[in-house]
Amino acid sequence: MRRLFTLLQRELSVFYYSPIAYIVLFLFLILNGLSFWFAIALLNRAPSENTVVQVFFNSAFFWIAYLLVFPVITMRSFAEEFKLGTIETLMTAPVQDWEVVLSKFVAAFIFYMSLWLPSLLYFLIFGSLGNRSAIGSPAQIFAPYLLLLVMGMFNVALGCLASAMTSNQIVAAMISLVLTIGFFFVTLINYVVNSSSPILREMTAYVAQLDHMDSFSRGVVDSRVFVFYPSMTLLLLVVTYQVFQYRRWKA
Amino acid sequence: MIKVEQLTKNYPGVVAIHNLSFEVDKGEIVGFLGPNGAGKSTTMRILSSFMPATSGRASIAGHDVFTDSLKARRHLGYLPESVPLYGDMRVNEYLRYRGSLKGLSGKKLRNRAEIVKELCSVREVENKLISSLSKGYRQRVGLAEALIHEPDLLILDEPTIGLDPNQIRHVRELIKSLGKRHTILLSTHILSEVEVTCSRVIIIHQGKIEASDTPENLVGRIRTSGTLRVEIRTGGDNPAETLEKIAGVKSVAANQEDGWHRCVIRVEANSDLREDVFRLAVERRWTIRELTQDRPTLEDVFVELTHTDN
Repeated sequence: MRRLFTLLQRELSVFYYSPIAYIVLFLFLILNGLSFWFAIALLNRAPSENTVVQVFFNSAFFWIAYLLVFPVITMRSFAEEFKLGTIETLMTAPVQDWEVVLSKFVAAFIFYMSLWLPSLLYFLIFGSLGNRSAIGSPAQIFAPYLLLLVMGMFNVALGCLASAMTSNQIVAAMISLVLTIGFFFVTLINYVVNSSSPILREMTAYVAQLDHMDSFSRGVVDSRVFVFYPSMTLLLLVVTYQVFQYRRWKA
Repeated sequence: MIKVEQLTKNYPGVVAIHNLSFEVDKGEIVGFLGPNGAGKSTTMRILSSFMPATSGRASIAGHDVFTDSLKARRHLGYLPESVPLYGDMRVNEYLRYRGSLKGLSGKKLRNRAEIVKELCSVREVENKLISSLSKGYRQRVGLAEALIHEPDLLILDEPTIGLDPNQIRHVRELIKSLGKRHTILLSTHILSEVEVTCSRVIIIHQGKIEASDTPENLVGRIRTSGTLRVEIRTGGDNPAETLEKIAGVKSVAANQEDGWHRCVIRVEANSDLREDVFRLAVERRWTIRELTQDRPTLEDVFVELTHTDN
């Protein structure tokens, strides 16, 4: 357990000590800020049934930030160890493969979650300034964050897998970007096929990230995502573990 | 301490090591020699549980490196050939991180970090980023890291590569002093290093063990004929012809410089003809300025065992 903590500490320090993390945070805040400004500007223009939270989480700025952040966060995790050769010192210390995989995943996940904290602050401050009705109920504020938690878990694991597959960070980022966006686009099948194929529509509904966010930002918490995303995350981590071990043994 | 039984490792299309068996006892300093690509690093990587062997078994301190790898690794300090380090960490941070990965904590960790920094002379760079260190310092940080948990066994893959002569001497002294408390398996290309530091040498070639003995015995066993170097001034006669008549001489090569004949005499193995040469010179009234028998070195052994005509 202490070993896991040591590994986690090291992985987190990679994020928070490097300038790249702060550049990511900076760009992320700009996109979030734009999204927030956009939401308020829209509500200022005309009366609307949507809350600020709803508009924020369904804007293009939000989705761009959401989809782009995973490759940037995770590309380094395994690829860098293979590239530097530090994998050799790491794996000849008394640590187990799953501990390394888990610590890298958890560290990336913690960093990802910390990126969302400033936006939560926007809503809390906005709400405390007397615009309660424009913000919605506390449940409506926190529900999207709950979704970000489980959805992010899945996407971080996807990025970790991509990083474990190569020694090149750029290649890892590319793979991760394609997988992330590919998965996101499954949602669009939902709109294209529409009523012609109800079964396909039903199936894609499980993985439609756009639709999930639409309902969560209205405060409707759908329990299916709490089964789907964590179990997919676990599956991806198991695959990552296998790929990682395979590459190490093949080296 | 190390037990290797019929270890084989195949890469796709290549046999890296084939049926390797050897043992290293507690307290030994064993030099692992072989030409590039002989399988030294592969063997060390298997021993350090970095990768599995195709077949065969290996154990460290009684723990199998594959099935009981975590326990085996606790006894091991390993310095890979490329000395991989995290450039974004400071030397102190790195040593503390690695120490705690290897199970040290609190006061013990701090003490050990101080000791290894002192041993490997990296104190003056303890607060520097590893990425800014020179090759020599990186090498020593790697060594300090390998030592931090006081492992019973040290596996060092070319620990002196890329160091300057002073640093090489320092690392050599360090290894020698470590040999009192640790068992060491080291690979190197510098044969003079092996002759002074190692109690035993294992020479491997094309994945097989060619020899395993003390450096002295290996040199003694060499079959190549010895050579005798003589420098003489003769009255005018040609010394080569005369010298060739001595029993046991195989051939003589001579050249002349300022009236002195410089002769290289190849003699049969394990024979010492210096007295015969001296007597001949006295008889003929030659003046001798040099008379030396060249002893075969470990280098000769190495070349003989690993030479292939490609």
